[in-house]
Amino acid sequence: MNDPPPRLRLATAWLAGCSGCHMSFLDLGERLVELFSEVDLVYGPLVDGKAYPEGVDVALVEGAVATEENRMLLEHIRARTRLLVSFGDCAVTGNVTALRNYYPTEELLAAVYPAAAGCTPAGPELPALLTRVLPLHQIVAVDAFIPGCPPEPDRIWAALSALRHGETVRLGEEQRTFG
Amino acid sequence: MSVVTLTMNGRLISARQGESLLQAAREHGIEIPTLCHLDGLEPLGGCRLCLVEVRGSPRPLPACLTQASEGLVVETDTAALVEYRRMIVELLLAERAHTCSVCVRNGRCELQAMAARLGVDHVRFEYRYRLLPLDASHERFTLDHNRCILCRRCVRVCDAVEGAHTWDVCFRGINGRVVSDLDRPWGESTSCTGCGKCVHLCPTGALSRTVDVGDEAARERASLLRILERRAGIREEGA
Repeated sequence: MNDPPPRLRLATAWLAGCSGCHMSFLDLGERLVELFSEVDLVYGPLVDGKAYPEGVDVALVEGAVATEENRMLLEHIRARTRLLVSFGDCAVTGNVTALRNYYPTEELLAAVYPAAAGCTPAGPELPALLTRVLPLHQIVAVDAFIPGCPPEPDRIWAALSALRHGETVRLGEEQRTFG
Repeated sequence: MSVVTLTMNGRLISARQGESLLQAAREHGIEIPTLCHLDGLEPLGGCRLCLVEVRGSPRPLPACLTQASEGLVVETDTAALVEYRRMIVELLLAERAHTCSVCVRNGRCELQAMAARLGVDHVRFEYRYRLLPLDASHERFTLDHNRCILCRRCVRVCDAVEGAHTWDVCFRGINGRVVSDLDRPWGESTSCTGCGKCVHLCPTGALSRTVDVGDEAARERASLLRILERRAGIREEGA
C-alpha cells in the first residue's frame, strides 16, 4: 500500500504589522476548508503552538521588522522553513510600519507617549526597537512576495495554490500591485 | 512627408521621417513603457523607461527623443532593457515616500501600475527615508514632493498648454524639486491660473485636489443626523 503524500506544513507569522494580512487570509472563507484538507497549519497567530517547529514547508510572514524580537523570530523562521514568503506590504516594503523611519526613534518615543497621559515605556521585558524598520528581504532571503495592503484573498489563494503544487509564485499584473 | 523603413524587434516597420521611435513603435503595436511622455507635450526623456537599444549606439537611447531614420535597427525589449526598467522603477520607489497604502492616488497611480506591469514585487535597494515638504498653501490643490518622480508633465503642460509657466524644477538630481513662481508657496503664485491641468496629468499622488474637508464633514453629519433622528424615535417607543 502506498503511503499518502506528506501533508504540506504551513506556518504564518505576525511581525510588526496590523494583522490585516491575517484577516485577509481568514477572508479566504470556504477555500480554507479546501486548503486544510491537504495542508497543516503548524504555527502562527491562528493556532495554539508557542514554539516555531522544525521542517516547515511554507511560511507566510506578515509585518515589517521593527524590533530585535521581530528580527530573531524572522531568522528563526528562515532557518526552519523551506519557502519564506513576504506576506503583504509591510513585509515587502516596510509600508506604514516604516513611516517611523522618517524620524529619529528616540524623538518619536519622547513625543508620542507623553502626548497622551503616559510615559515612554521602558524595561528589559520590552524588545528593543531597531533604528530602522526594514522589509524582510533586507534581513533574510525571501522566496516569494505577495504585495498588497492587505493582499486580497485572491492573491493569497493564487500564491498558496502555486506553493502547494511546488510551483514558483507568479502573480498576475493585477495581483502584484503595492497598496 | 517622406517615409523611412527601420527594423524594430526583428520586424521591418515604416515610419514618418522625423517621428520618434516611441511613436513609430506605438503605430505598429509595440508598447514601450514610459512615465513622463504624453502625446502633445514636448518629449523630455526624463523617466528613462523608454530606453531602447539602437545598433551602433554605445548606450541605450530614449525612444521618445530618438528620431526614426532609414535603416535603424532597434530592440525595445531585450533582457538588459527589461532589467534597466525594473531598476529605474525600484530606484524611484526607493528615492521618495511612495507608500501606496496611504497615498491619495492609491489604485489610480501610474507609478504603482508601472511597477506591477514590470513585475516589481519588491525593491532591491535601500529606501532613503528622507522627508520632503508638502505645499498645501493653494486653496484647491496640494503638492506633495514626497510623491514626485520629476516627470515634469506639470511643468510642460502649464507652459505649453495653459501658457502660464508657473512650474519649474530647481536643484539637480536627487535634490530636484518642482517649484512654482521661482520657489514661492503655490498659494502665493501670481502666475498660476488655478486651471488644474498639472493635477490632471500628474502620474502619481504628487499633485492632488485638496479634499474640501468642511463640505465633506457637513454631508457626513447630515446622514448621521438622519440616523440619530430615527434612533431617537426607537428609544422613545421603547421607553
